Amino acid sequence: MRLSWSDPRFRAIVWQVVILGGVAAVVWYLIHNTSQNLASRRIATGFGFLTRTAGIPIGESLISYNPAEDTYGRALLIGVLNTLKVAVVGIVLATILGTLIGIGRLSKNWLMARLTAFYVETIRDIPLLLQLLFWYTILQGLPAPRNALSIGGAVWLSNRGLKLPTLNWETAHTVALLMFIVGIVGTWWWNRRARLLQEATGDRPAVWPVAVGMLLALPLLVWAVLGAPFQWDVPALHGFNFTGGANISPEYFALLLGLVTYTAGYIAEIVRSGIQAVPMGQWEAAGALGLKRGAVLRRIVLPQALRVIVPPMTSQYLNLIKNSSLAVAIGYQDLVSVANTTLNQTGQAIEGIAVIMAVYLTISLSISLFMNWYNAHIALVER
Amino acid sequence: MSMTSSVARPLPVPSRDAPAGAGALAWLKTNLFPTWISTAVTLALGYIIVRIIIAFVSWALFNAIWTVPYSANGIAQTAVCQNIKGIGACWAVIADKYRLILFGRYPYDEQWRPAIVVLIFIGLYAVSAMRRFWRKELVLIWAAALTVVGVLMWGGVFGLPVVSDDQWGGLPITLILATFGLAFGFPLAVLVALGRRSTHLPAVKTLCVVYVELIRGVPLISVLFMASVMFPLFMPAGVNIDKLLRAQIAIILFAAAYLAEVVRGGLQALPKGQAEAADALGLSYWKKTGFIVLPQALRLVIPPLVNTFIGFFKDTSLVLIIGLFDLLTMGKVALSDPPWQSFSTEVYITLALIYIAFCFAMSRYSRGLERELGASQRR
Repeated sequence: MRLSWSDPRFRAIVWQVVILGGVAAVVWYLIHNTSQNLASRRIATGFGFLTRTAGIPIGESLISYNPAEDTYGRALLIGVLNTLKVAVVGIVLATILGTLIGIGRLSKNWLMARLTAFYVETIRDIPLLLQLLFWYTILQGLPAPRNALSIGGAVWLSNRGLKLPTLNWETAHTVALLMFIVGIVGTWWWNRRARLLQEATGDRPAVWPVAVGMLLALPLLVWAVLGAPFQWDVPALHGFNFTGGANISPEYFALLLGLVTYTAGYIAEIVRSGIQAVPMGQWEAAGALGLKRGAVLRRIVLPQALRVIVPPMTSQYLNLIKNSSLAVAIGYQDLVSVANTTLNQTGQAIEGIAVIMAVYLTISLSISLFMNWYNAHIALVER
Repeated sequence: MSMTSSVARPLPVPSRDAPAGAGALAWLKTNLFPTWISTAVTLALGYIIVRIIIAFVSWALFNAIWTVPYSANGIAQTAVCQNIKGIGACWAVIADKYRLILFGRYPYDEQWRPAIVVLIFIGLYAVSAMRRFWRKELVLIWAAALTVVGVLMWGGVFGLPVVSDDQWGGLPITLILATFGLAFGFPLAVLVALGRRSTHLPAVKTLCVVYVELIRGVPLISVLFMASVMFPLFMPAGVNIDKLLRAQIAIILFAAAYLAEVVRGGLQALPKGQAEAADALGLSYWKKTGFIVLPQALRLVIPPLVNTFIGFFKDTSLVLIIGLFDLLTMGKVALSDPPWQSFSTEVYITLALIYIAFCFAMSRYSRGLERELGASQRR
């Protein structure tokens, strides 16, 4: 390398030093200002507040919480769990609804195709925040528990949320659940054996009777042997509110409703374009080879459609997780909401925002690293 | 082909029914009632749709109330609306509040200025949509339009009274945040995308990757929180950036990261041969990028660019959470007036229609463009 401007390697090094130097100077300037401002405003720094008593009232939480005793750290953990609670349920429901609507758009029935297309167009053109506020006001406008709407006397919908009956959980249920997991492993093993046998001899033993036996009959049998306990805890009105059963708060319900209906609009388009991306010729060619329709779908069409579907689907899942932060606008206490209260109470804005960003980055980056690997794995290789 | 003697004669094809005609009945038969299942679906859906449409139309039109009387001190008398709540809509809330919702607390006599600003933005979008304006001069049109917008909103010259930006609100704020976000985010995005693709500058590449992944990994609301509570700490003592500008900077930084990925998609889609040919001609990096790579790559990404823009346009509503007065916030402000508190559905529907009008036009355009550009690439 020569120390001359005409040497590209020398130029590259000079450019990088200049750009990095500029960025470092800006960052140093901002840090310098910040530390001066923090000192002059007497704001504490560091994460010491995480172990102090929070005193934030939190309405719903998956783990026990007492505002008078528990720390900011625990309050933030509850926020993270609440975010995950809405995100996981939301992703499952949005995928189901979105797939149904996406298939509906490809329906030969004109009315069905038009209706689903109208849904997709409209729901995607309205800001999610507006939809959330709309759902939340609708849920708040429901009658009081005294006049709650009821489905069969077991499910109650009022302005306090949705009351659902719960099953009184007993040991028999736990054992039945374990048997179901055993059934999954057994079915997988039997399926593998069937495939190996088919590769060796050409004959494939039937899989479905074993699957039904291990997945349904086994857990049911065990449950029946253990006395078949089956009792619902049905919510009932006592005074001004319900007792018993499970409660879905209006905030959670509105957030879930908004996230699911909104994201389903995007997922529907992804599913539709994925199915349409596989040319008809693939179906026809596989049919000409004598494959059954189910096998064509599983072995030929789906692998190709998934190559188109999976990457944008993952980014929709990420969007749903990030959009769940809008909870703060309707008072559901997710991570952003709890962190926002924390930073208002302690004045430690930088640490509060750092916590929010660190949690979301951890979730997003782990999913996106996996996606980059998967994308490279299934991408068509160019020269 | 008349030489058929050597070719085996094809087997006779069994006769088929004549294809269904093109009449309305035939159309109904093939599209709504082809099979029993499809007929059942059509009837069930049709029944539900008709019921919903009847319920909605009688609520929104036939039983609706369009004006209410006012008391002597100018307070709306909404008792008549309260009585029919659930049966008929009360559009009087819109009649009473539309100026507040559209233009916020901008001085009432000066509201023609934000009205013209809205028209300028619509005109700017229309001009940018026309392919005959896809030239370098478009940059000048944008610069001119955005300058005029600033002059009209702030005033202070040409005899226009000064209106400080804490009085701005409503639709112009939504349009300003989205459009300036695009105008300033886009050049930044192109640089970041080029940086991320560079092979000779690993440090710059790392910097760009970190920036893009960092911003895309967190929700917009956390970036907006950062702008509203952390930016004041970043500035030297005595310097104060106002709330609107802080939110605008946050949206620009956020938009740039997403746009950078769109632009990178275009750069990746361009065949390698283009850049290699430019290298072979001995063009410098900037000449190659400016004359060969970017003009082709950007053309490819216009449809996803429009879709990303639709996303920001909707996302600007998040400034509600940090207390800026955009269209959605003004809707909530209008609803905080005691007589109108219980008519949120009417206000939310109106706001939704405004957002739909903008987003639907843009998404229609983007889809049409995709088809058009796709057609020129299919051979």
